[in-house]
This record gives sequence, C-alpha cells and structure tokens, in this order.
Amino acid sequence: MNSVSVQDADFDVGLETAALSAGRPEVGAVATFVGLVRADKLAAGGGGAVTAMTLEHYPGMTEKALEAIAAEACARWQLLGTRIIHRFGRLVPGDRIVFVGVAGSHRGDAFAACEFIMDYLKTRAPFWKKEDTPDGGRWVDAREADDAAAGRWES
Amino acid sequence: MSIKVLYFASLRETLGYSHETLTLPASIATLGELRAHLARRGGVWEALGEGRNVRAAINQEMVGPEVAVADRDEIAFFPPVTGG
Repeated sequence: MNSVSVQDADFDVGLETAALSAGRPEVGAVATFVGLVRADKLAAGGGGAVTAMTLEHYPGMTEKALEAIAAEACARWQLLGTRIIHRFGRLVPGDRIVFVGVAGSHRGDAFAACEFIMDYLKTRAPFWKKEDTPDGGRWVDAREADDAAAGRWES
Repeated sequence: MSIKVLYFASLRETLGYSHETLTLPASIATLGELRAHLARRGGVWEALGEGRNVRAAINQEMVGPEVAVADRDEIAFFPPVTGG
C-alpha cells in the first residue's frame, strides 16, 4: 500500500512511522527519511544566510510523479508499504520538508527503497525552491549531484 | 489545435505568465517545435531558447522534445526541479 500527500501543513514523524507497521505483524523493518530546511545554508554567489524558503509545485503532476516513484520502488524491491509526504509553501530553517517511509519484511529492501525514493524525488517531482535571503529572493539551482544520485539506480 | 501551456518557478517569473491558451499552426507537431515557436516571440521568451536548461511535461508527465503535441494537451515548461 502506497500513500502520497502534498500539503502545506507539517507532519508528525512518529505517527507516520508507526502507521507503516500498525496492525501488520508481517512488517519487520521500517526505514524513514526526514528532510529539513537547513539553517546554515548560504546562497550561492555570496549572498546572506537563508531566512526562509518557499516551495512551489505543479499541483496534479506532483502527486502523479510521487505515486510513480513509489510504484517504481515497489517493482524493484519487496516492500509492504510506502509513505511519501512533501510540503509546499513558506518554510523556515528547522522545518520539515519531506518524509519518506518504507515498510518491508527485512531492512535491506527498506533501506534501499527509502534512498531510491529520495533520489528519484529530487530529480522527478516538480518542486522548486526559492530562498529568502537578506539580499532578496533567489531560486535554487538544480544540483548535478542530484542527477548523479538518481542516475546510479539506472545500472 | 488548441493547447494549454503552464509555466513554473523562475520561468514563470521571467516570462510574466503562469499559463496561456494557444492555437497552434499546423506546422507544429512536437514539444520541441512548440518550445522553439514560443522562443521566437523574442525578448524574455528567449528563456525557452535552445541551450537553455528547461524541462517540459505533457499532460503532467515529464517527456522529451521529440514527443508529439495533441489537441487539448496540457503542456508545462519549467526549470530543473529542486524538491526534497
């Protein structure tokens, strides 16, 4: 069972993690990842520290893209469930941005699928970050390292 | 052929449009041809020109420039994504 949410509200990591195995004794492993807005991140080009960021997305496509990534993970590994939550709107350092949780029988598949979902999400889900700095708003450029991280799952 | 075109993030700000409805000339068959057609508007629209780092989707699925455009399609142009 896969579940995707794209929302402006925060999420409860404990509740989401527990829900992946609740009432399901066949689950032997739950791997989770939580992404946060970093406080120490500096704008490229020497700008000031990030005071907030705004996440824009493509309603409709975002949900489809995340569902496709979860389905791809289930095709590659033996999984018992996935949960993806991605926030949009204005966020400040320390805020949670993304949650990925994967339930499986064993840890190997759960760990791998969790990392795979994050890597694919970074390059395939239509989100864009705009950072607020003391010098004004600045769109975050895509990172080649993210393409490389997604690419390593192709072989 | 009538299509809807959406623009997101920095591209939306550069162009000054979030969406538009277009009637395309018959000579435009693919996504790549549509992009070149829009870039020929000149000025800020050169942000869609060849060599610019722009991604595109047809009906909410990311696809390449060779894919055919059909009547009533929802097309989107946007910069490389930066979620997560």
